[in-house]
Amino acid sequence: MMAAAQSKSRGRWLLWGGYGLLLGVLPLLFHQGFALTLMCQIGTVMIFSLSFNMLLGQAGMLSFGHAVYAGLGAYIAVHTLNFIGKGTIVFPVTLLPLVGGLAGAFFGVLFGYVTTKKSGTPFAMITLGIGELVAAMALMFPDFFGGEGGISTNRVAGSPLLGFITYGPQIQVYYLVAAWLFVCTAALYAYTQTPLGRIANAVRDNPERVEFIGYETRRVRYLVLIISGFFAGVSGGLSAINFEIVSAENVSAIRSGTVLLFTYIGGIGFFFGPMIGSILLGLFVVVLSTITNAWLLYLGLFFVLVVMYCPGGIAGLIMLQVPLVRARRLRAMLPAYALAALAGVVLLAGLILAVEMLYYHALEAANAGPVMHLIGIELNVLSVPPWIAVAVLAVAGFALLAAARRLVAARWERVTNGLAGGALR
Amino acid sequence: MNAPALELAGVRKSFGKTAIIRGVDLQIAPGERHAIIGPNGAGKSTLFNLVSGRFGLSAGRIRLNGEDVSNLKPFEINRKGLSRSFQITNIFHNLTVFENVRCAVLWALGYKYSFWHRLSRLNDARERADGIIEMIGLSARREVRAGLLTYAEQRALEIGITIAGGADVILLDEPTAGMSRSESDRAVELIRKVTAGKTLVMVEHDMSVVFGLADRISVLVYGEIIATDTPQNIRANRAVQEAYLGTSVSHDDDESGNAGNAGGGDA
Repeated sequence: MMAAAQSKSRGRWLLWGGYGLLLGVLPLLFHQGFALTLMCQIGTVMIFSLSFNMLLGQAGMLSFGHAVYAGLGAYIAVHTLNFIGKGTIVFPVTLLPLVGGLAGAFFGVLFGYVTTKKSGTPFAMITLGIGELVAAMALMFPDFFGGEGGISTNRVAGSPLLGFITYGPQIQVYYLVAAWLFVCTAALYAYTQTPLGRIANAVRDNPERVEFIGYETRRVRYLVLIISGFFAGVSGGLSAINFEIVSAENVSAIRSGTVLLFTYIGGIGFFFGPMIGSILLGLFVVVLSTITNAWLLYLGLFFVLVVMYCPGGIAGLIMLQVPLVRARRLRAMLPAYALAALAGVVLLAGLILAVEMLYYHALEAANAGPVMHLIGIELNVLSVPPWIAVAVLAVAGFALLAAARRLVAARWERVTNGLAGGALR
Repeated sequence: MNAPALELAGVRKSFGKTAIIRGVDLQIAPGERHAIIGPNGAGKSTLFNLVSGRFGLSAGRIRLNGEDVSNLKPFEINRKGLSRSFQITNIFHNLTVFENVRCAVLWALGYKYSFWHRLSRLNDARERADGIIEMIGLSARREVRAGLLTYAEQRALEIGITIAGGADVILLDEPTAGMSRSESDRAVELIRKVTAGKTLVMVEHDMSVVFGLADRISVLVYGEIIATDTPQNIRANRAVQEAYLGTSVSHDDDESGNAGNAGGGDA
């Protein structure tokens, strides 16, 4: 028992130490300006999606307006930053995300009072309404929200930290984001291990019963929303520093929808799910949006597939393997997984080919002629051969997929049956 | 004499024009084990829902240990020392057995909505939860998700959650519903053990359970209590036999020992 507790605690130190170390050395591996900006962006989104999962995954509250807290936090932060720049107030830029966080919590107190009166679908509806309300206000009050253009700022403001950290160079912003990300991750994880965090799980599972063990579910939802608003605001403050601009898009329904997608695809059932989702989809969106017009279509398709076939998200898939790894039986599954991956690649190739040709045909063929270039291959979208290729890939892909599904199911059954016997110890 | 643990005075409940509870007066003394029986649709579950705050009263008063708790919210009534279980198992399916019970002790231990305590450091909560889990016989299943328990285990957990907060008035809604004879015998032992020294009010269909456990029995028929008395007297009561028991009692006596599954749905 003692040894188990000790190894658990050592594992925890290793995990968090490794996480901190990784955040520290990442810029040494990826030091290009583009990579740094991307990592800053992903870091802020990670905090945002973690705060969102406090609601969705941990308390069963589906919010369609979570960008409101991050966005308003960002606005308050950007105005504060401008005041610092003008010398009106003296405040360290390092702590600016805290201002965003407090603003997010404040709006959580304000809007949450209304939204958390309800749970489930009515809660979702009201958050959608509040989101639209704030987005509309962003265009109605240009003095505060900056209208269409937003509010821009200069993050080099006030006196430098330790004499040299001005947050001018992107690498300094990276370490600011990394430090806040580490602290927020630790705080958000710690929250899941508190009485409120656990009762929030109980509210998710069975709100009615919670009322009969002494807790007011509305109060639980309200508190969770305020805390979640705080962390959303922190991420908003960081994004204000990173982008040096905050616009109506920051409070928009698109942002609220994006964080839902990222969090869900990452996996709402596990603490680290939203982090995985943010990293993968952050890369996905940034990379894909530069190389194809159809990136939103791919993102949407990916989301639908995850909701339908993998509701635990990527984290759920990973955690399914953990018992196998523990029992050293993962290897038995690998051929089946390889076949499934092959089926996925073939299907994906067919899909990408079809989608890209359709997009090209619809958007560019009129000007540029029917011949498109896809990864260096010339394709005439009006000729038959590429479409035959699509059909072949589709047929082959589905056939492989069917075979892979059978193989995975059969292997899985055999391997887990073996485990059930062994797991009794 | 002390105030009754639970006192209902002129309690009425109507849904629209339909009167479900039509004037119930009932006094239950501290430490008493009281059973409420009656045919399906008599309003037994509704009565529990009124007492525990799930529904508001249409008329009348309910006092808990002398204090008026009429029309309070469920969590307010719970904090005043009344806890109930549910006929349809009502647990936290995605949490482990241990987490289920620990959630139920947190308020009573004063941790409330704290987000500054670490659960793993709350030894009092852990010890109390483990004590309850041992009492309900689920120690070996401590780390199992509640949704994966067998039906009888879930029913035991249901009782565990109910008593965990340390309430002194316990309401059990058909605790042995759907159980086999041997399971229900074990449930009776469990109920006897966990409600020792407490006031117990239970709704139950299984007559052997009722007559085995209860100090007094109230018979609820069409929203009214037609008799409240000791088990022997209830058995002998002609009005009760005509209204409800008649066949049921002799039926159960004949078949005692068999797997009599008397738990049915209740309106």
